[in-house]
Amino acid sequence: MAYRKTVASLVAAAALLGTSSASFAATDITWWHAMGGRLGEVVVDIANGYNESQDVCQITPVFKGTYEETLTAGIAAFRAGEQPNILQVFDAGAATIIGATGAVIPAQDILEDAGVGFDIEDYIDGVRYFYADSDGKMIGMPFNSSTPILYTNEDALKKAGVEAPKTWEEFEAIAPKLKEAGYVPLAQSHLPWIFTENFKSRHNLQFATNNNGYDGSKDTKLVFGEPIKNHFTKVKGWLDDGLFGYYGTGWGDNQTPFNEGKVAMWLGSSGSFGGISKTVEFPFSATYLPYWDAIEGAGTGTFIGGAALFAMSGKPDEENKCVASFYQYLTSPEVQYMWHRETGYVPITNAAYELAKKDGYYESTPAAEVGIKQLTLPGGEWTKGYRMGFYVQIRDVMNREYGKILSGEASVEDAFATIEADGNKLLERFSKTAGN
Amino acid sequence: MKKVYFQSPWLPYLLLLPQLSIVAIFFLWPAAEAVESSFYLEDPFGFGSTFVGLDNFTDTVTSSDYGRVARFTAVFTCSVTFLSLGLALLLAVKADKVLRGASSYKTLLMWVYAVAPPVAGLIGVLLFDQHVGPMVDFFAMFGWQMQIGVNYFDTSFAMITTAVWKQIPVNFIFFLSGLQSVSKSVQEAASIDCRSGFRRFWTVTFPLLAPTGFFLLIINITYAFFDTFGIIDVIVKNEPGNNPVTLVYKVYLDGFRGNDLGGSSAQSVILMAMVFILTIIQFRLIERRVHYT
Repeated sequence: MAYRKTVASLVAAAALLGTSSASFAATDITWWHAMGGRLGEVVVDIANGYNESQDVCQITPVFKGTYEETLTAGIAAFRAGEQPNILQVFDAGAATIIGATGAVIPAQDILEDAGVGFDIEDYIDGVRYFYADSDGKMIGMPFNSSTPILYTNEDALKKAGVEAPKTWEEFEAIAPKLKEAGYVPLAQSHLPWIFTENFKSRHNLQFATNNNGYDGSKDTKLVFGEPIKNHFTKVKGWLDDGLFGYYGTGWGDNQTPFNEGKVAMWLGSSGSFGGISKTVEFPFSATYLPYWDAIEGAGTGTFIGGAALFAMSGKPDEENKCVASFYQYLTSPEVQYMWHRETGYVPITNAAYELAKKDGYYESTPAAEVGIKQLTLPGGEWTKGYRMGFYVQIRDVMNREYGKILSGEASVEDAFATIEADGNKLLERFSKTAGN
Repeated sequence: MKKVYFQSPWLPYLLLLPQLSIVAIFFLWPAAEAVESSFYLEDPFGFGSTFVGLDNFTDTVTSSDYGRVARFTAVFTCSVTFLSLGLALLLAVKADKVLRGASSYKTLLMWVYAVAPPVAGLIGVLLFDQHVGPMVDFFAMFGWQMQIGVNYFDTSFAMITTAVWKQIPVNFIFFLSGLQSVSKSVQEAASIDCRSGFRRFWTVTFPLLAPTGFFLLIINITYAFFDTFGIIDVIVKNEPGNNPVTLVYKVYLDGFRGNDLGGSSAQSVILMAMVFILTIIQFRLIERRVHYT
């Protein structure tokens, strides 16, 4: 019995110690995120760094699963009145959360209300307006921002005696040589993101009516012209000729053969950089997402993928102040540079980019700069981003129909007709949920 | 036999109350909510909803994919039920005849029962993985280049195989105990009358197993319909793409992944109606033919 008592008092003492070291009467805020594995560790590092940097606020990061699961958990929590202070929402969920006026406090407002300065010009080009409303007010604070880039296996290119392609025309010229050298020349990991959304941006093509959906959900419709259909006709041709590998919808299924050295070039996320440099055993490099030179006005910048942080409404002022102070910490050049270096996600502010340059990071690892350079390429009318509701399902429709094209179940023409029909139906339904 | 009566007329209801309240809270209430929200299109965050009448139902049924998913569900349910019942019956009959080491055979056939569906799915994923799966290598020897996640048929095959493998032990246990309850005297009498073991099985043993078989049929259809969710989820890796999915999985995809609450509710109402009809058919038509001893 005496033994038990000692243990109990020890536990109590430890618990007391735990609370006292977590700073007295600090305001607690929670942050739900979808960063697993290595990324999750860096998220915890950032949170710890913030907690140590001051003693007024205490942030707790909570891992909630995939992007979709995190958004769903956030929505369910919001409806039950138990929302976290900060919710990480991915690109495809942006319309859902931004469209629900009143669910979030715009990043710009929360910073300004807390008396922290905010200037949208501090943020790099490709990031600036992606999570903004149609007036250009920043709603979500960009967090893990990436963009699709082309990773190359340098051994493979050397063996085939070719250089990484800048355009798809160049790819068509070198692909047979890579095949002869014993490689599958190309694979990609996300058809809707890389070959649809960023295809549109890279070629400065309209993606949806209503200013790519930014001007409101009512009557927003998908726009698919000849260029993207031609692209998929080509991709199917490459697949049939053994110049392109398709291993399913899953991200990893397509990255694995590149990591194993079977695929010579892989289109992935600039955020994959950290993982690849730890995994692969061959020298690798990266370059811009190729474009079709034949399409007029092509070669514009891409827009970001990844996710942003949204401050949920319905929280007391002091907690919102903590969110603002955390945002300020998060966007500081040092933290952004650390995040960029550890994960490969791009730094979101110009100051952080400058810091990385000054530090000589890109001289030692030039491939790490490709993503951010691509995002800051000259933009055009349609390179700002897109805003569409029920977009998770629209992406699922795209994946399904693209899968049918590649497996030969449907023609390119039919597949795009289905995507337009089903996609527009979903957009119309989303518009109705907003009461239109 | 001595009959026992309750003293108070309310006591039986009181004793039933826990069960009834569980049914009401966890089944009737959510079901009513689903029926209600199937007539609305609701903003995911709950700020507003619009009454749309039967739009959710027409949108669901007319969507290009719904027919395909429904067809796959039918094929999947039939194959899983038929194969897992058939194979389990075969194994049970054979295991029943084993004399030496019977318990080790039985244990080996039963252990899979303890595997949770998502774990079973995970094992399935590993076995059928495009890059490292041993099953893929095995079939490649016969010239079949399986591509799970790319080829619709291959993915269905992997799903059905995993689901059947997971379900065989349950059926096996029930069939085996059913076989053991068939009285020895009946079997001996039959073997005097008929020399063909095969015919003896169909005319004597099988009818005596019918109550067990009927029970398992219902259990298996329910399993294939609902409990295979974990297996499917793991095999499609949370990315439906062009993969086969069942109706139940589609409810999850649209509701929980896509946040389309109205559409997802409409689908679950349709599903409820289907299960309701299926239950009536089962008990009206099939059970009449089952002979209980």
